Parts: sequence; C-alpha cells; structure tokens
Amino acid sequence: MAFVAAVAKRSSTVRGIKRPSTPYLLLIPGLLWLCLFFIYPLINLASTSTQTPSESGEIGSYVQTFRFANYIDAFSGAREQFTRSIIYALIATLLALAISYPLAYAIAFKSGKWKNLLLVLVVAPFFTSFLLRTIAWKQILGNEGPVVTVLRGLHIIGPQTGLTASAFAVVTGMTYNFLPFMTLPLYASLERIDPRTLEAAGDLYANAITTFRKVTFPLSLPGVVAGTLLTFIPAAGDYINATLLGNPKTKMVGNVIESRFFEIVDYPTAAALSFMLMAAILILVAVYVRRSGTDELV
Amino acid sequence: MPTNNPLSSQTRALIRAQMSRRGFMAGAGGLGAAGLLAACGTKSASPSDAAAVVDVSDTEKIARWANWTLYLDYDEKSKSYPSLEALKKSSGLDITYKEDVDDNNTFYGKVAGQLKLGKDIGYDIVTLTDWMVGRWIRLGYTQKIDEAGVPNKVNILPALANVGFDPGRNNSLTWQTGFAGFGWNKQLLPKGVHTVDDLFAPANKGRIEVLSEMRDTMGIIMQYQGVDPSGDFTEDQFMNAIDFFQKKIADGFIRQVKGNSYKEDLISGDAVAVIGWSGDVFQLALENKNKFDFAIPESGGTLWSDNMLIPSTSTHRKNAEAVMNYYYEPAVAAQVAAYVNYICPVEGAQAEMEKIDPVLAKSPYIFPDAQALAKVKVFASLSPADETKYQSAFQKASGN
Repeated sequence: MAFVAAVAKRSSTVRGIKRPSTPYLLLIPGLLWLCLFFIYPLINLASTSTQTPSESGEIGSYVQTFRFANYIDAFSGAREQFTRSIIYALIATLLALAISYPLAYAIAFKSGKWKNLLLVLVVAPFFTSFLLRTIAWKQILGNEGPVVTVLRGLHIIGPQTGLTASAFAVVTGMTYNFLPFMTLPLYASLERIDPRTLEAAGDLYANAITTFRKVTFPLSLPGVVAGTLLTFIPAAGDYINATLLGNPKTKMVGNVIESRFFEIVDYPTAAALSFMLMAAILILVAVYVRRSGTDELV
Repeated sequence: MPTNNPLSSQTRALIRAQMSRRGFMAGAGGLGAAGLLAACGTKSASPSDAAAVVDVSDTEKIARWANWTLYLDYDEKSKSYPSLEALKKSSGLDITYKEDVDDNNTFYGKVAGQLKLGKDIGYDIVTLTDWMVGRWIRLGYTQKIDEAGVPNKVNILPALANVGFDPGRNNSLTWQTGFAGFGWNKQLLPKGVHTVDDLFAPANKGRIEVLSEMRDTMGIIMQYQGVDPSGDFTEDQFMNAIDFFQKKIADGFIRQVKGNSYKEDLISGDAVAVIGWSGDVFQLALENKNKFDFAIPESGGTLWSDNMLIPSTSTHRKNAEAVMNYYYEPAVAAQVAAYVNYICPVEGAQAEMEKIDPVLAKSPYIFPDAQALAKVKVFASLSPADETKYQSAFQKASGN
C-alpha cells in the first residue's frame, strides 16, 4: 500500500495535470482486494459481535439484537488472558530485539561473502510449518531434551523440574517463531546505512560506543520500529505457542477466542474478543509509533 | 453372559433411559429448528430437504471419509490401510480416507457454515461422537441410511441398535466404542492408578493430563464425587465437579487439558498419568514394550461411541453405504478391531477375532464383559442451553 501511494504521489507531481486518473485506476485491484478480504469480513465480524442466541436455543444459532454489552461480558471473562497476551508479547518482542540486533548488525557489516548465506539461514525456518517448529521446541525443552539435561547437570533446576508447559516455554517459543520478522527489517535498515557516516563519526573523534549511540542506532530506528511491530502484533494474537508449550495457567486471548468459537460455539463473544484485541493492538501501536517519531512508517 | 451380546443388561437399561430423554430432546430441537427455518426461509437445512440432493453414486465412483487418527487398520510397510485397499479393489470405488477429525467441536466449527448453506463439505462419511451426531441429526445435517444399501446393519450389537439420539439407527451407524479411564506409565508408577486419588497423588503433581472432551473428564470426576453423570444430575452437582477440576489446575496438578496428543507426552515422560481413552493406551502399550497400562476408575469411567453418518450435502450416498456395509462384515470388523483396540460394535467379530489373535478375542476392552461394563456410564444427553453452560464452565476452568 505504501508503495502504491508513493507511486501515486510521484506520478501526480511529475506528470502533473496530464493523466490524473491513472494512479487511481492502479489502486482499484488493491482496493477491491482490501474490500473483499478485509472490509467485508470486518463488517461481518462486527455484526456477529452484537448478536444474541436465537429463540430456538440451538447451538450456534444467533440473531442480531445489537447487544453491545457483549463486549463488557467478553472482556470481563477474559481480562486475565488479555493482560497475559500483552505481557508475553512484550517480553517476546524485547527478547527478539536483543537477539536480532547483534545478528542483523553482524550480517549487515561483518559477514562479507557469507552475507547471502546467513540471510538464507535466517529465513530457512520458514520453509517448515509454524506448527512443526513449535512442536520441535517441545522436544528441545522436553524432559529428556538437551536443555533440561544440561540445567539439571549444573543443578540449576531440580531433578523433578521441567521446562515445558510453562510461561517460560511459551515466551521462548514466541521469541523463536517471530525472530525473522525482527531480523529482516533490522538488517534492511542497517544495511542501508552509508559507511561514510560511520567513518565521519570516527574522524570527529567519536569512539565505537558513541558512534553506535549517536549514528548507527538512530539510523536503524526505522528497522527497530518495523521489527518490533511485526513481532508484537502477531505475538499478541498468537495461541499456538500457548496451546503446545503452555499449561492451563498460561492461556492467551487467542486461546479464549478459539475455545469460544470452536468448543462453545459462542460466535458473538469470539467476535467481540477479536475486535477488542484488534483495538488494543491498534491503540498500543499508535502510541508507540507517535512516541518513537516514525509516523511515516505506517 | 452370552458371548454374542457383550453389553450387560445394566448398560442396555442405561442406553434405553438415554433414549427416552434424548428422544424427547430431539423432538423439541427438531421443532425449534423447523420454526427457525420457516422464519428465515433457509433452504436445505431441514431433514426433508436432504432428499433434494441428487445421488450421483452410479456415475461418480467415489467416497470421501473423514475419521479420527489411528482409527483404521494401517500397514506401516506398505503405508496403506489393508482393509480399505481390499474394499477399493472389490468394489471399484475410489475412496479418499482422511484423518481430518481431531475434535468434535473443532470439526463442527469448520463445516457448520457450509452445512447450513447446503454446500458440499467434501465428505460422504463423517465419524463423530454420540452427542455431536445427535446435534447433526437434530439440525437435519444427515441423510437417512437406506437399509437396502447396508444389509450388514443387522450385525450391530443389540445394545447399540437403538439409541436415543437416533432411534432405529436411521441416520448413523456405530464405528467404534470405547472407555475413558486412567492411563499411566508402569515404570514410573508401578502401583498403578485406580482411583481419582491415585491420579492426583502429590508425586504426580504437574505431570497429569486430562481429556479436553468435557463429558469424559467431568464424567469421571462426577462419579468420584458420587454423582451419576448418566442421570438427572443438577447444575450444582456439575459445578462441584468443575470446582474440583479447577482446584487441581490452580494447584498445578494438571499439566495440560488436551485431546489425543496426551500420547506423545506419555511417551516423552512429560506426563506420567492421564485421563485417556482405552484404545489409545493399549496401542501405546503395544508400540512401547508394554510400558503403559489402562484401567477403568474404581468410582467409574465413561463409555462413548463414535458413529459414521452421511452428511446432508453428500452426493455419494450409495457409495458411502457400500463402505459402511463392508465394515459391518464381522471379519472386516475384527481386522479393524485388532488394530484400533477399541470396543467392536459388530456382532460375530469376536469369533472372527479368534482366527486373527486369540488373546485379543479375550480382551475385556475390545469385547467387554459384564464386570467392565458395570463400571462405566454414558454421559447424559444435554439440552442445547445446558450444553453451552457446561461447556463454557469447563472451558473457563481449563484456562480458556
């Protein structure tokens, strides 16, 4: 979308009055796609969220009564899971940033001829399914797995303590699964930094730390913002990690939506929760983008 | 106890009791659904409209079947299902068999929209549990099975021939029946798990898993609390069982609440004891040097059945009937039972089993005796309102 908008902007300034309709024509496929796969489902979801059970009382049969109190009921029923989703997603995002920044930095500046190979390695896990990658973590953190064996050997955890089915496992899984979303935008913005600006900092007697603080990091900020958003948004809505790696006390709002939709066949509450999750994420993102001063990114 | 009728008189009485309650409910539900349909003029969702689907079985020699995992005899070497391959050859049907059902509710959620609109859901046979089949029949999402197409229907165990959610078995046919009870790791728990207190022993803390199928987990807890889940229990009694369950989660006893996948956790050692299904645990024991065992809780376990049905949207009814008929041949049923280890619903299969595996023919978990059956209950049929209320409470307690 940003790209299309940029094209539209440019052609209208360059070509001027000559063919003003072309950019709008070019927008049509995108807009149609958006209407069909985003606006329409969204309206559908909004309409479902205020329905109430029909008179027949049959499971899964609802009628529109514009009951907005559904939202209050839904929220009060899932407050705990909402808070948990935001906290887990925040921790996973910060961990992913801490791991990805040095990695992206090394790939962008220090990898030389290995650059392409390393980038492929970052993306490679995407070739297997999300589910399989998460299940793999069950094995890695499992009772017979390498991590537990080492930690038990070092007496860091007791012989009866496990790591799976815990908040730790859920956050670890989320951090791992969304790592490439953090690494790639970081790499893209670091890679674009003109090495001459770093040399100039050196010429002005800045040491390595000052150069990083005053030049490299500020210039990579668009990557940081894009990466954190791309990690935080899917992480907050994720429920696969909580299902496979968590326990009943680490369920996230995605689990509640899934159970409301599939198990209880309570479509209105599921829809209301989805809307609230979307709203919560939008508000958090808006505040974040404003504060980081990178409005032009979104 | 005659060998050809393994369900005890007590169980038969129980299923009969179910029938009257369920029959009443089905009638009420049907009326409600019909009223709704009249009101909004939706097509194809009423039972009478099911006949409107044109059967193209004679020209399209295909049948598509959705079943649960590990529910049909499978040959590791040839990577195929021997009984199904034999049927394909003898009938000339091209049968697509998919292990697409892993949870009644999830499967229903995936196809409910298409069923309501009368659009093909992509299956000609679907295998679901009793209460879910009851819902499909109530909503008119099934087709009547033509007895002429399934002459072997007479082989069904008498106790299963007439069930409350489907009087006369006009719309469904039992696939397998099984128990829910305790499964455990024999090496880690040599004394075994026979009571709910054994299951929640302090030593097992954090390594216990229970079924996400509400009726099985709650049915066992309710019986432990002295409540009969097959009878007219009150909401308070159900909620007492929920409180017990919630407390065990809050105190960290229960590691996870899940479906079939508890098997992997038993193998990995992450779970030492579970509330699980009989056939699952026997299959596990068979594959893992007899490391696991199963028992029906002393206070009582649950009995459930999975049933084949033909969705209202299927255009291959005749082909589906041919498949059902084949699996009701005693020899074929025995072949399946020898692999899946669940209770076989076909009369005469026990005699056929003698030829395949005399040990299995004596297994009380495939051909149960009166003693085993006296210890299990079928969960009562719930009205849609109670179903929603109880399922919500169960999901909430499970952390959702």
